[in-house]
Amino acid sequence: MKILVLVKQVPDTATKIRLNPGDTAIQTDGIKWVINPYDEFAIEECLRLKEKAGGEVVVLSLGPSRVEEAIRQALAMGADRAIHVMTDAVIDSQVAARALAKVAQEEGYDLIVTGKQAVDDDQAQVGALVAVELGLPQVTVVIELNVDVESRRIRAERELEGASEIVELPMPAVITAQRGLNEPRYPTLPNIMKAKKKEVKSVPLDSLGVDTTPWVRVEELTLPPERPAAKILTGEPEEAAKELARLLHEEAKVI
Amino acid sequence: MDFTLSPEILQMKAAVRDFITHEVEPAARRIEEEDQVPDSLIEASRALGLFGISIPEEYGGLGLSMVDKCAIFEELGQTINGYTTILGAHNGIGSVGIVTFGSPEQKSRYLPRMASGEWVGAFALTEPEAGSNAAAIRTTATKKGTRYVLNGQKIYITNAPEAHVFTVMAVTDPYRGAKGITSFIVEKTFPGFRVGTVEKKMGLHGSHTAQLYFEDLEVPEENVLGQEGEGYVNALKILANGRAGLAARALGSCQYLLDRSTRYALERQQFEKPIFEQQIIQHYLAEMATEIETLRWMTYRVAWMADQGANVIKEAAMLKLYGSEVYNRVADKAVQIHGGIGYIADYPIERFYRDARITRIYEGTSEIQKNIIAAQLKKEYAE
Ligand SMILES: Cc1cc2nc3c(=O)[nH]c(=O)nc-3n(C[C@H](O)[C@H](O)[C@H](O)COP(=O)(O)OP(=O)(O)OC[C@H]3O[C@@H](n4cnc5c(N)ncnc54)[C@H](O)[C@@H]3O)c2cc1C
Repeated sequence: MKILVLVKQVPDTATKIRLNPGDTAIQTDGIKWVINPYDEFAIEECLRLKEKAGGEVVVLSLGPSRVEEAIRQALAMGADRAIHVMTDAVIDSQVAARALAKVAQEEGYDLIVTGKQAVDDDQAQVGALVAVELGLPQVTVVIELNVDVESRRIRAERELEGASEIVELPMPAVITAQRGLNEPRYPTLPNIMKAKKKEVKSVPLDSLGVDTTPWVRVEELTLPPERPAAKILTGEPEEAAKELARLLHEEAKVI
Repeated sequence: MDFTLSPEILQMKAAVRDFITHEVEPAARRIEEEDQVPDSLIEASRALGLFGISIPEEYGGLGLSMVDKCAIFEELGQTINGYTTILGAHNGIGSVGIVTFGSPEQKSRYLPRMASGEWVGAFALTEPEAGSNAAAIRTTATKKGTRYVLNGQKIYITNAPEAHVFTVMAVTDPYRGAKGITSFIVEKTFPGFRVGTVEKKMGLHGSHTAQLYFEDLEVPEENVLGQEGEGYVNALKILANGRAGLAARALGSCQYLLDRSTRYALERQQFEKPIFEQQIIQHYLAEMATEIETLRWMTYRVAWMADQGANVIKEAAMLKLYGSEVYNRVADKAVQIHGGIGYIADYPIERFYRDARITRIYEGTSEIQKNIIAAQLKKEYAE
């Protein structure tokens, strides 16, 4: 089975986000970059599928040269090789999807897997748009995946609000991973060494011949308002409890 | 001078840090109280590749340079020292002898299984009457046909209960002093081999140190490590090699203590302000940070020299001495900055304080390191 996993590099979730007035993107200096956590579930699932059914797992990433670090991490987890679409440009989900779909199309895959969303701008669009670009069936927010290689059919459980849904679809298809799908493995130290020797093909975005005009432009970016300092209630427990109930009712308006 | 580590090593450091945070640290209290590292954690450490740090790639290890090894050891130093001592003794004195002096047959028999962690390694030199004066060992090895028969007793052998493979020093020619000592590779399954009781220790809980008894222990002659009569020199070389790794682990522990102490000083309020605002606390932290930085560059410089093939007997002794002494000073200040909570066992600081103490004793005491340094100086200046 030939599996493609789309991996995005994002700021570590513990990053303190900084903005200067007028910025339309966050300040990136000093940021620690990691693989988008949902993409880690995607990588893990691909590796498990490969371990069961054989074949290869190819990593596809888009972004500037720093993205190579995320690619190496995915290779160290066990992916076989990688393609890095290079660009320093700020692009939207539509352009990203077009570029990724173009690369996917060139080689042809049985399965394309990615995270349900990236935790940087939280748009949750790229996976779905890639499926649209390729004209493939898709299933998003997947928490359990069963692939029948013989019949080339997929049975997936996807999470809905307060419920779950089981869908069946044929291969090739696009899958987006939700937390709970699996527990991603650590890259082992020997695999980190081995990853050094794996192929990373670098492809300039401009060479793909896709339209790179964005559909969406960020007009303005602001930080959420500072949270007011916590109130600490002192005094007798009885009094404090009364005061707490009053504040929850009148100020926080939660009871 | 280029101090940057390669992307792979940075990646390995990150993987080790992740592992420590999610697997080792949550188990630290239990390891300390039960004096036992859970099997599951050893298993996970094997899977991560932590038993192959010193072993060449062709034998299934990571094939790292000394600088790179130290980078990993520094990371490992950031967690409970008892756990890291198991790995340190295995990757250091427990396997380096076979890597350095082993024949191709010995390497292919032992190293792959040691790299995977299936076989843990240990190093057995010390005896009741031979500690600092290691050349005074009395364990005998008598050749009988194609075998050597060993008789004697070793003490304080780290990893003894867990290890399968021991680098053992024994006397093959009692008339030649240090030149009559030979090193052997001994497997715990050889007839006549017995592990004694495990010692109770001030610290390093989870790491086990025990006696070994050899009663007509039979070792096949192909298990002589290096040449007959070179065991003492081999032992000194193995110990010198281990010193950079030991210092790197001490360095990691120091860094951990500085991080904890600085954060605590900024948070802990007394007299309506953080204790950090007291100049004496600032000076403690500044002294800790400066010594740690000195230790860091000393560690990597000695490791780098070793990678260049330089003779580092003097520098490795300086590093072992300085690393141990700095670790003890840093641990002492860390307890002081933490006040009462620094002495309470619910909190890790007192554990590091106890664990630090051994570094001035094992693998050559601080006094012995000074003797080595002075002997080298005499050699340099008398010439
Ligand atoms: C937890 C632990 C783990 C250990 N692991 C191992 C192991 O895996 N393998 C192994 O072989 N050994 C191991 N050892 C043994 C360790 O290396 C020795 O304890 C150490 O070398 C000191 O020897 P000793 O205890 O006999 O002290 P002694 O040699 O009796 O020293 C006592 C004191 O006298 C000082 N002294 C002795 N001679 C001199 C001198 N010439 N000049 C100045 N001062 C001197 C020493 O510095 C020390 O302060 C371990 C010990 C411990 C406690």
